[in-house]
Amino acid sequence: MRRIVWLLFCREWRLAWRRPGDLLNPLVFFAIVISLFPLAVGPEPSMLRIMAPGVIWVAALLATLLSLDGLFRSDYEDGSLEQWVLSAHPLTLMVLVKVAHHWLVSGLALVILAPLFGLMLALPPQVLPVLCLTLLLGTPVLSLLGAVGAALTVGLKGGGLLLALLIMPLYIPVLILGTGAMDAALQGLPVMGYALWLGCLAVLALSLAPLAIAAGLRIGVSE
Amino acid sequence: MKPQPIQVERLTCERDHRELFAGLSFELAAGEVLQVAGPNGSGKTSLLRILAGLMPPVAGDIRYAGESILSGRGRERWRQDLLYIGHAPAIKGSLTAEENLAWLCALGTPASREQIWAALAQVGLKGFEDVLCHNLSAGQQRRVALARLYLQPPPVWILDEPFTAIDKAGVAALEQHVLAHAAAGGLVVLTTHHSLDHLDAVRCLDLQQVA
Repeated sequence: MRRIVWLLFCREWRLAWRRPGDLLNPLVFFAIVISLFPLAVGPEPSMLRIMAPGVIWVAALLATLLSLDGLFRSDYEDGSLEQWVLSAHPLTLMVLVKVAHHWLVSGLALVILAPLFGLMLALPPQVLPVLCLTLLLGTPVLSLLGAVGAALTVGLKGGGLLLALLIMPLYIPVLILGTGAMDAALQGLPVMGYALWLGCLAVLALSLAPLAIAAGLRIGVSE
Repeated sequence: MKPQPIQVERLTCERDHRELFAGLSFELAAGEVLQVAGPNGSGKTSLLRILAGLMPPVAGDIRYAGESILSGRGRERWRQDLLYIGHAPAIKGSLTAEENLAWLCALGTPASREQIWAALAQVGLKGFEDVLCHNLSAGQQRRVALARLYLQPPPVWILDEPFTAIDKAGVAALEQHVLAHAAAGGLVVLTTHHSLDHLDAVRCLDLQQVA
């Protein structure tokens, strides 16, 4: 069991690093969206500070969604998923490893880059740890929920828009909690409540989403 | 390891509300090679996918060792004894031949590096172990997938168009390997447009006649 997890992780790692362009896409998207905002609304720090939490969170959300569209597609098209479904190893575990890897190369990179963009949008340095914490708890939820949508739309041609429509409503609680925590931090209020809620969502998604992803992929493969 | 007998009972398959075959029943036992034949669109691939357990049939049942493969313990057992190589052979272009095989084998019975190299040599890919698969030709990629048949394979093989893009010598070697597997007590179900009439041991199921 441990062996298959490790081997799958190595496989995903190799596949990702041999196509570095795909890795960079969501990060570049994130960077472009955030750097365009000050140009469009003006460089007034007080205004940027108010908008910053929303802008960073929306950009992170869209960047995640963008990168998830193709998560299972190539494995579906080249027949790998059939082999996974027929394997004696649990499909839920394999999809969890795949999503975890995806989060490590996209979500975690967003978390690491976010403070830089926070400074660019005139956020005071003392709220940056809150930004990192909420993104650290929120982006795994975004990846896991998005993977459910990616699994359900895997067999569809041009499922990208459908994926967005399916998953966006589920992202809204994460968005509200994430930006809520940032607003509270900016006003000097406690943020623990928001962080705990995000943590709850993360645990819930981590335990239930792999089941839904595996079920979605089984349906996709059986079409 | 010998396969248990397989019973296919009154199998019906539909695609897009069009019936491909209905009431299809047959039995398979250890040592048999079954060629599923029929024109394009007659349901060969669908039958193989249903047999593998990838696609549920509209009606009917498949029993392996007396238990239905559609659920529970029967399905577990069937998956352990089965090697399915589909139309898309699960070969990743950005992995090398060796990496592809190591991963595909790990899904079933893990294989060592030496075993993988030996299997690649047997399908005529000696010296290509470290080549990324998108640099190989279509036939060579198919050969990488088929190298799994040389790596401690399970007793039942389901092969969808295994000879596609493979040259004449390769096809002949593969036919011999399939026959040897059956002679050793294995069981093979395959589709191909390539004629297997010259092989006496092969049973043929023509889907056009049962439709």
